[in-house]
Amino acid sequence: MIYNIPYIAVVGLILLGMYALVFKRNLIKMVIGITLIESGVNMFLITLGYRKESIAPIYTSSPGGIMSLPVPQALTLTSIVIGVAVTALMLSLVIHIYRHYGSLDAKNVRRLKE
Amino acid sequence: MSTRTIAGTIFFSIVFAFFIFIALMMHPFGVLNESEMDDYIIDNTQEETGANNGVTSVVFDYRGFDTLGEATVLFTAVAGVIMLFRRLKND
Amino acid sequence: MTEMSKIVRTITNIAFPLSMIFGFYVIAHGHLTPGGGFQGGAVVASACAMVLVAFGSKWTIGKIKEKRLSVLESLGAIGFIGLALLGLVFGIAFFHNFLVGSDYLFGIIPATGSGLADINTAGVLPLMNFAVGIKVIAGLFVIVLVMAYAATSYKEDKK
Repeated sequence: MIYNIPYIAVVGLILLGMYALVFKRNLIKMVIGITLIESGVNMFLITLGYRKESIAPIYTSSPGGIMSLPVPQALTLTSIVIGVAVTALMLSLVIHIYRHYGSLDAKNVRRLKE
Repeated sequence: MSTRTIAGTIFFSIVFAFFIFIALMMHPFGVLNESEMDDYIIDNTQEETGANNGVTSVVFDYRGFDTLGEATVLFTAVAGVIMLFRRLKND
Repeated sequence: MTEMSKIVRTITNIAFPLSMIFGFYVIAHGHLTPGGGFQGGAVVASACAMVLVAFGSKWTIGKIKEKRLSVLESLGAIGFIGLALLGLVFGIAFFHNFLVGSDYLFGIIPATGSGLADINTAGVLPLMNFAVGIKVIAGLFVIVLVMAYAATSYKEDKK
């Protein structure tokens, strides 16, 4: 059971992100929670593709041995870039909400304001 | 305490228990069952693509459509950010 | 935002060319060592963001307008799709690697197993690395520049 520490770290990251998303009312803290959940999911994708005592899947002056799987690492690259794009759009929308309503509290930004 | 805090606490404790149960029941870290596709890619990547890097050959040659979709998502995000911060001359 | 003190500006003048050279090295050797288009593009974009923080947003907007950066990003996207369509014209399928094994530009096949390698390998992959690298540099720098300029101009309008 002590050899499952990476999976427990992934669970800790996702739970911290969910706590910040459910229990906080500031909009910027919710954006930080979403970023933490994305980091946890990326780490889970990488820990799925590891063999015991393996090296990186690169042939240039490699010491030889078993290689770990290259396909989960390629999918994680795509996921990181998509996370950056979503965070940029969310922060732009938060800036516009602050200019229109005057406050960052999630309880005051409900009704349509003329 | 408001109803929102009570509902959030119940939902959070259910998710917490489920995740801890799942993390202890996964297969051991480092022992894989089957990996046919990745064994084929590791053995044949120097003859078919000519690259020494396994990850780059997967990203750009064996799975090029995912990179095309990712380039489209990045382009759409940058277009959306520029459009939101335009300055209209309405004076 | 306003500019920072003289010590920060002097160190940025020294560290900016070294960072850019390292970033372009990571992009160019994407088929031999760990790296590639996305990783090297992120390194160069963070070096450009360091210049924006140290010299203020008004000075940086005066040097580079955002229309030229948009044209640069579109050129990167067109180059990537054009290289994929050339595989359809010359060969068999959409993303076909038509430069491996031929004696045009990048056609040498390396020996199997571990060992040193030269840049002249791996077909159409280095060209795709450059196209994606330019796209990522322009995209990330434009996001940071537009947000920084919008914050200062809103403060001036409110006064």
